[in-house]
Amino acid sequence: MQQTDSSRSGPSGERSGPALSLSHAAKTFGPVVALADGTVDIRAGEIHALVGENGAGKSTLVKILAGLHHPDSGDFRVGGESVQFRNVGDSKAAGISVIYQEPTLFPDLSVAENIFVGRQPKGRFGLISKATMVREAGLLFERLGVPIDPTRTAEGLSIADQQIIEIAKAISLDAKVLVMDEPTAALSGVEVERLFAVARSLRDKGTGILFISHRFDEVFDLCDRITVMRDGRYIATHRTADVTVAEIVREMVGRDIEALFPKTVAEIGDTVLKVDGLSRAGVFRDISFDVRAGEIVALAGLVGAGRTEVARAVFGIDPYDAGKISFRGSTLKPRDPQAAITAGMGFVPEDRRKQGLVMNLSVARNITLTLRNKLATAGLINGAAERRAAQEWSKRLQVKAGSQEHAVSTLSGGNQQKVVLAKWLAMDPHLLIIDEPTRGIDVGTKSEVHRLISDLAGRGIAILMISSELPEVLGMADRVLVMREGRITAELDRAGANPESVMHAATSSSGGTP
Amino acid sequence: MSETTSTTGTAPAPVADNTKPLASEPKGKTGAARILAGRDAITIYALIAFLIYAAITIPRFASPVTTGFLLLDVIPVLLIAMPMTLIIITGEIDLSVASIAGLTSALMGVLWAGGMDIGLVLAISLLAGVAAGMFNGFLIAVLGLPSLAVTIGTLALFRGLALVTIGDNAVANFPKALTAFFTSKLGGTGIPTVMIGVVAVIVFFGVLLHFTPFGRGLFAIGYSKEAASFVGINVARSKFWLYVASGAVSALAGIYWTLRYTSARSDNASGLELAVIAAVLLGGVSIFGGKGSIPGVIAGVLLIGSLNYALRLARVSDVVLITVTGLLLIVSVVAPSVGSAIRQWRHTRRVRRSFTRTTN
Repeated sequence: MQQTDSSRSGPSGERSGPALSLSHAAKTFGPVVALADGTVDIRAGEIHALVGENGAGKSTLVKILAGLHHPDSGDFRVGGESVQFRNVGDSKAAGISVIYQEPTLFPDLSVAENIFVGRQPKGRFGLISKATMVREAGLLFERLGVPIDPTRTAEGLSIADQQIIEIAKAISLDAKVLVMDEPTAALSGVEVERLFAVARSLRDKGTGILFISHRFDEVFDLCDRITVMRDGRYIATHRTADVTVAEIVREMVGRDIEALFPKTVAEIGDTVLKVDGLSRAGVFRDISFDVRAGEIVALAGLVGAGRTEVARAVFGIDPYDAGKISFRGSTLKPRDPQAAITAGMGFVPEDRRKQGLVMNLSVARNITLTLRNKLATAGLINGAAERRAAQEWSKRLQVKAGSQEHAVSTLSGGNQQKVVLAKWLAMDPHLLIIDEPTRGIDVGTKSEVHRLISDLAGRGIAILMISSELPEVLGMADRVLVMREGRITAELDRAGANPESVMHAATSSSGGTP
Repeated sequence: MSETTSTTGTAPAPVADNTKPLASEPKGKTGAARILAGRDAITIYALIAFLIYAAITIPRFASPVTTGFLLLDVIPVLLIAMPMTLIIITGEIDLSVASIAGLTSALMGVLWAGGMDIGLVLAISLLAGVAAGMFNGFLIAVLGLPSLAVTIGTLALFRGLALVTIGDNAVANFPKALTAFFTSKLGGTGIPTVMIGVVAVIVFFGVLLHFTPFGRGLFAIGYSKEAASFVGINVARSKFWLYVASGAVSALAGIYWTLRYTSARSDNASGLELAVIAAVLLGGVSIFGGKGSIPGVIAGVLLIGSLNYALRLARVSDVVLITVTGLLLIVSVVAPSVGSAIRQWRHTRRVRRSFTRTTN
């Protein structure tokens, strides 16, 4: 934990010293390999980008740096010294500060109190000196060149300002490495520019910055070097000047899209779901689309564009203010998932652990949860029929588990996802909404899930798929709807959908700056 | 499964473990074996072991008189434990049950003393319990308030209403035939006649929990309300009806209490909620929700009941009695946590070892 002073490359800054290096770090959660080879080195005085698809292992790597996860193996050095963090405090003490997409400030405390929380400067009699705190916070903001009043409460600050406060906190902690996990996801153009200005000035003073982003224009604009990850593994590190966006994308995806996402040709039938002018204040606006039998329609867009929210409203989990949903010819009652299920709609949610499955319940019980009413005769559940149904469906989907009676939490991510799918397929649906079908699933099972979805479409089930993985969207979908900031900004057919057209519709002109 | 890390980017990606059997293949513990080894089964074994021990060592324990008094004593707890089991399985709690029983008792006394027909008195008392349950259910299920806070409030509120209703008085002159019926026995077995009704209540809740779609939903709610709502389970409605059922059964317990002791008072059954919750937890129901069974809870109620009875027969003081109950409860709550902590520790150690082996 303790560091030698040699790592302190001062503001004058030779920019070569590795402020932090992680080599071949691995992390598993039960049977799930979250990180197989986490490797990155951050030099003092550089901005280093970490890119990769969702599920590439970026956030696991960040959590290791932050001291939240302990790597199972691998070498971790800060300033040349081998370190082993037991908790977040150790990481902070070593000079690493992590700024998350959604900062976690205490809303009722003042800005200055938030910066010095847990290590408030003491005045006379050992009491907290508010004046010192406010003065020092003011100095920090002056250094950063941002006008924030240290005495106001954190409540009501924009996310951008909250991030600046987190950065100020990091500086006051004398952080040598600053990790920013998708900091720009919720920022407007002007705010992004201000954040970048702050980041550059810190770099020039010798701080090493790890910058995680999905937006290539930002990565290429800001960063000195780029490390690419894929499927939990380190792929390569490049100097930004030496590579192109296309090369990075190829390394991120790393495989032939068509081969991995086998959408078989299915006969497209009648319209199953028709959504007309669906709106919910502040969440999404004027959403209209339809999905036909045998068709896979993908909802693409950035995280936070409102895709999941639309799906939840369609399924009846969330309310909506205006619009109409027709399902198989009749209007669907709002706010009633049971009605949607009875009519033949299934929903595979994004958060498998919280929403898709009852993790502590057995495989069998999870599969038959959707069937519980159908399995009952005269109000009583037929135990034999229940077991048979669970057995049949776990066999059909090749669910690998020790026993049907084991809790689903003991299964790997891919097998858990199969249980979720089994649960909905067991009730013979006409439409399946699948939110992030392969999130947190290893590559082997991924293609199995893709084949399964494509197979379902082939049997005439209408599929509405939400995915943040571009290759998945392009490989699977018959039609792509792109959402941005709560609105559908493009509808592309299979021929017209390519990485550029989808990303353009998902990102362009966001925040109103060029 | 655990691969060595590699320096190149082209190493095979982690893939699913193909050596594991399919879930559809019968393996591991099947239904019967699971029932025999479950947490609730331990309570059942403990009950049987204790009954045998008591029958041998304590004079007069193995007799119809014992059966009679023991059952008469545990009936209120046994009744209320049924809906309480379902409520705790959904991850909630109802602390107001004893106060509802007290309120019912007070109401019975006043109405009977006022000259009302006894049939009508019983019906109105039962409805009062239902209304009290609906009030709890409204606050918890409809408004979404935390059940612990709500029922601590209604615990005081309903007991207060009982006091307002009947004051410091006691009504004792209930019809002789009725009170005699409540203490009568089925022939020479020593089993109270009212057990027929109690068994009906037990069967009702047992079937509801273990053999209906509604019951399946309760377990799911207990583990994850969010996941439950995603399969169309109406969490709020389920909870509402559980509190109504709890109110109704608490009223039944209040009526039983009044007629068995031939005394309608405002402080009847006071403190009973803790005895009920203790028995339910001892019976293997998880206070965190999701786990539990009616047979286990019956065993829990009978274990505490017979333990108390035996200690009293052995002239052990009440202080020891309360202490023993408390210890039992703590052991029953702590034991599963310790068990799972040990399993977790073993698992972590195994993973660590396999990693050091492959990476060295």
